[in-house]
Parts: sequence; structure tokens; C-alpha cells
Amino acid sequence: MLIEEDYITEEGDFVVNIGPQHPATHGVLHLKVWLDGETIKHIEPHIGYIHRSIEKMSESLSYRQFIYVTSRMDYLSAHINNQACALTVEKAMQIEVPQRAKVIRVLMAELNRLTSHMLWWGCTGLDLGAVSPFFFAFREREIINELMEDTCGARLTMNYMVPGGVMADLHPDFQRKVKEVIAQFKVNIHEYDQLLSDNVIFQERVKGVGYLSKEDAISFGCSGPTARGSGISCDIRKLYPYDGYENLKFDEIIEQGGDCWARYKVRIAEMHQSMSIIDQLIDNIPEGDFQAKTKAVLKLPKGEFYQRVETARGELGVFIVSEGGTTPYRIKYRSPNFSNLSALPTMAKGCKIGDLVAIMSTIDLVIPDVDR
Amino acid sequence: MDVDDTKKFPGLVTNTPGGGIVTGKLEDLINWSRSNSIWPLIFGTSCCAIEMMSAASAKYDWSRFGFEVARATPRQADLIIVAGTIVYKMAPVLKRLYDQMPEPRYVIAMGACTISGGPFYYNNYSVVKGVDHIIPVDVYIPGCPPRPEALLHAMISLQEKIGAEHYFAKEKKTSLPMGNVRSAKDALAKESEKKRGI
Amino acid sequence: MSREELKQRLSEICPSVTFDETGEFLMAFFTPDVFLTQMKELRCATDLNFDYLFCMTAIDWKDNFTAVYHLSSTPFRHALVVKVKLTDKENPVLDSVAGIWKGANFLEREVYDLMGIRFNGHPDLRRLILEDDWIGHPLRKDYADENMIEL
Repeated sequence: MLIEEDYITEEGDFVVNIGPQHPATHGVLHLKVWLDGETIKHIEPHIGYIHRSIEKMSESLSYRQFIYVTSRMDYLSAHINNQACALTVEKAMQIEVPQRAKVIRVLMAELNRLTSHMLWWGCTGLDLGAVSPFFFAFREREIINELMEDTCGARLTMNYMVPGGVMADLHPDFQRKVKEVIAQFKVNIHEYDQLLSDNVIFQERVKGVGYLSKEDAISFGCSGPTARGSGISCDIRKLYPYDGYENLKFDEIIEQGGDCWARYKVRIAEMHQSMSIIDQLIDNIPEGDFQAKTKAVLKLPKGEFYQRVETARGELGVFIVSEGGTTPYRIKYRSPNFSNLSALPTMAKGCKIGDLVAIMSTIDLVIPDVDR
Repeated sequence: MDVDDTKKFPGLVTNTPGGGIVTGKLEDLINWSRSNSIWPLIFGTSCCAIEMMSAASAKYDWSRFGFEVARATPRQADLIIVAGTIVYKMAPVLKRLYDQMPEPRYVIAMGACTISGGPFYYNNYSVVKGVDHIIPVDVYIPGCPPRPEALLHAMISLQEKIGAEHYFAKEKKTSLPMGNVRSAKDALAKESEKKRGI
Repeated sequence: MSREELKQRLSEICPSVTFDETGEFLMAFFTPDVFLTQMKELRCATDLNFDYLFCMTAIDWKDNFTAVYHLSSTPFRHALVVKVKLTDKENPVLDSVAGIWKGANFLEREVYDLMGIRFNGHPDLRRLILEDDWIGHPLRKDYADENMIEL
């Protein structure tokens, strides 16, 4: 196996810095781009501009406290991040979560996936020059944020999932509001297609751009829609189900194209699947406890525990090494955006600068998740 | 703090044939026009940036107050809303952006991370404990993340603060020297050495 | 492949491997000298085909560093955790697997940055997340910094 040599700057190469402060980088990402005219010869990502030392900090936080910091990692799927941490602790301590709590968790996670994909869609339009999708996307997002705020207390960093279940019971209006939002969104999503998907300018900009082959995607460790757009079946909800996903009927969306258009179609179709999951559950929320009885101070047994969940961007893994105390000995967060970002130089080689923006927006990076 | 709904135009308008005559203090008129058209810089590092985007979108809509044009380049911006945690690696970048903004320039520190390090205060080796170690701040917004209404309140407070400024005063605001920021200071020193060719 | 079959197959490839079966995944301990050849074999053997490196990290124990690799196979869906103990705590060195899994490039740079383990044969081993002139490796247990305020 050959190791790719580090790129050697040739004569005539023009090096441009994109970021860290840039409207299109979805966070603070610094890209050093070697150009020949407008064609990209090599990209070097520089990260670490939002490294908040979450892993080191978590070594001094208790097993109830460390969950709250993870909301800030991939803040667009904050519920799902918290769910991963809660599931790891429950797996380690063998806590049985009540059925009502599981259903509430799945509902919140799918609503979160919807809001994350909506924001992705709006920002994709914004990056490529279309400003209207941004406002259309936030229109629905605000309604869902409001109904999350009724139950969870916050709009963005919800901190609702705890080891044992959820923090508080659902708001009395939750079911009615969710049904209204989903019914309205099923009509509005056709506007999304009219604005961007069926728009010939958009299609010309994303078709054939940013090809990632199946072997490369597996080798880089890509997951989520980035990998599913290249034909890999990697939906954690199907492969290693958790919290009752094994009982739900939904499709895993896989496209074979490998380019930006395929990844775009995967995410739009995933929005439809999320709505279908919410429909299956919203009328059948079982009665019961919303949280299992656990001790106030949690102590994990000695050992190593790994739990993976499917966030809106890919596989998030929480790896806890415990020595039997009240704080973890070592926590590692396997972040989906870190691996997806490492595939960016391969995807963008040979493209133009304008295509680079299209590629970054369809990988859907959230940079605080890369740096942790 | 109550917002004054009946914002009066700071001058007396007399309608005369062929036009009108406005009588007022020049400083008040200048401050009125400046405070109602502040252009923010697009700068967001983490979660607060999403609430800032919500404040820009249709439901909360900061363009009603004059913040319509959000510029990507600091050369054309009046206001930098520091939305998100600032770490030591990012601190020289923020200082450079602030230095590139033409005066008069303002800073809003949004969120707990920019006030004092926020949830990342303890046992943390990389977060700057408050963005006012780097640049002078005009308005602080608490919250993690603060609601878009809180950001709008801060922007309106900034407008009132500008309305009360002495535009023609001799002393100008300068940015603080970076006292406590260890490696950011070293990094800036190294950078300027490199530029000078040492 | 089931756990027993994996154990048997790994013992054939590497006689010096030891196992730990207390966790969710089968954990295999390799020694640093045969590490690179074993990892190549894990990737290339047609019945094993561990082509997906989904997590890589390092743990700072009192007497050694342990590099942990979580591997899985997309065609066969079996998973394995490979661990290597590095007893030299002053200058830990390990062979790089960046030629086998492309994602290991960034993962190893991160481990070097935060833990201090050097990887032989890595194409571009430098700090990834912290500044280039940062002194020390923060995730080590003996890291001290005046900016870290204890609670």
C-alpha cells in the first residue's frame, strides 16, 4: 500500500487562504488551497480554531454533567449527541429505559434531524448564491424550535436526554403541535424542490462535482449522507438499532452517484423518512414513566464502553473508559465531521473554487464537531 | 431597560414652500443616522452563530432595525457580533479582524463563552476566558445561547448607546493590549516578526 | 464471523496476540514490533477485510500508553478492537497505518497532537488541533497549564 506523499509546492502554484472567518465555511475552518488558475490542485484543512478541549474537561465532570457539554459539539443535532451519551451510560450500568422515554427520545431525535436538514438546505442555497432558501428553511425551523422549547426549555442546546430517560414529561400540546407542523411541512417540502432541486442552475452546479468513490469513502471512515451518497449502507439506525428503531418502518436512502447531487438527494429523502417515522410514533406514545429510577451519583463499572448513534451528519461514537469512579478516566468522541472533512481534499481535487463551496455545503460540516 | 418606542427624530422640521428646514444639533443628527444603519460583520464560531442566523431570518428579522447589510469583509462593517467561543488559536484572527474594521466600530459579546468563558471555564486549556481580554466590548449578552430576542435587545441598546455618543470628542477608543492572553500575544509577536523579515 | 472464529483466525495470523473478552467487542492486543504487518493482514485478508477504521484513540495509563483502534468490516459486519501497549512513556513511538486506511492520517495527527505518540512513516506528522508552537500534550494525565482553572 502506498502512502500518498505530502504535496510539494510547484512553481506557478498560487496559494489562497479561505477562512477562518468566511461566510461559506460553516464555522471556523481554515483551508489552504493550492491553485492553478481557478482549478484546485491541493487543499490542506487547518482546524483547531474552536477546540474547546471537551474531552479533557469531561474527565473532571460527573456522568450526569458531561452530557451537557456534548450539546455544544454538533449543536445542530444536540438531542442526538445527548442521546449517544445517555445510551453509553445506560449500556454500562445496564439501566432499563421505560418505553415512553424511548418513544419520546426517538420523536425528539427525528425532529432534530429534520431541523438540522432544514438548516443544511437553507445554507446550501445561501452558499451557492440563492438567498430565499435560507428564509424558507428558518420558517419551519422556528416552529419546531418553539415546540421543543415548550417541552425541553431551550431552542438549540436542549440538554433533555439523561441517563435513564428524558428530563421532563412532554408538554400537553406537544402531540397536536407536532401533527400540525408535520402536516404543514409535507406541503412545504414541495417548495424546497421547486426552489432548489428542480432548479436547473442549481443542478448544473452540483451534478458531477466532488466525486467520492465508494472505496475512498470507506477508507476515510465517512459516514452518514456523505457515505450513503457514494453507495455505502451505513445507517446506524438500521445496522445497530437503539431506542426502539428496530420496530419502526423506514428506508435507508442510498444513492450511487458519489457526487454532490447524490448527497443532496439523500438528505432530501431522509427528511421524508424522518416525517414518516414521526407519523408512526406520534399517535402511539405509550403511557408510563419518562425516566427510570437511578441513583443520584452515577458510578460506571470498570471497563470500556462504546455506543454509536446516527446523527444528522453521520456516526457519532462515544467511547468511555472508566476506572470505577464518578468521573470518566478517558472519553473519546468519534466525530462524524472529522472523518468527513478528511475526505475533502480528495473530493475537491481538480474542481474549481466555486465547486469547493458546493462540496463543502453538501458534506454539511459543523466545525465545532471536528475540533471538539 | 425599556425601549423607547416613540423614537423622535432629533431635530425640528419646519415645512416651508420649496422644501423644508431641519433645525437641530449636528451631533444628534449624525448619531441618529449612524445608529439606525449599523452593518454587522458575519462572524460566528459556534452555537451562538445559529441564534444569530435566526435573528437575521424572517421571524425575528434584525433588518427592521437597520442591520440589513451583513458584510463578510471587516473593511465594510461597523459592528462585530462575537458569537461563539474564542480559543487561543482564534484570538489573533479576531484581533486582526477588529483592527481591520474602520472606526467607529462596536463590539457585542454574545453568549456566556464570550463574557467569561462560559461553560468552558473550568479545567480548560484552550478557551480564552472572556473576549474582553482581546477587544473592547460595548454590550454583553448573557445566555447559552441567548435567544434571538436577547440579541435584538442588545442591538437596540447599542443603538441607544451610539445615540448618546459624543461624535466630535477628541479622545478615541483604542483596543486593549492583550495582557492575559499568553500564546495569542506570542503568536502576534511572531507574526509581526515574520512580516518584518526577522 | 463469530467471535470464536475471529479469535482463531487472529491467532493464526499472529501467534503472540492476546485477547480480552470482557467488553462488547473482541479486544486483541498486538505488540508494537509486529503491529504494522498484522494490520495489513487484517485489511487485506479476504475473509477478514477490516476496511472501516471507525475510531482511533490513545489512553494514558500510569505505566503505558495504549493505542486503541476500532475496526469493522463493511461486507462481513464483524468488529474488532486492536490495542497496542507502548511502555516508553517519554517517547512513545508506533508504526503508522495511514497507508492502509486513509482516514488514519488525520486521526494519527490528532493523537500525536494531544497525546504525544509519534507515528513512524506518517506522511505529514505535525500538530493538527493546537497551535504549532504549543508546548506539551494536553490529554496526558501529567499535563499542567496555568490556564487550567481547577474547580
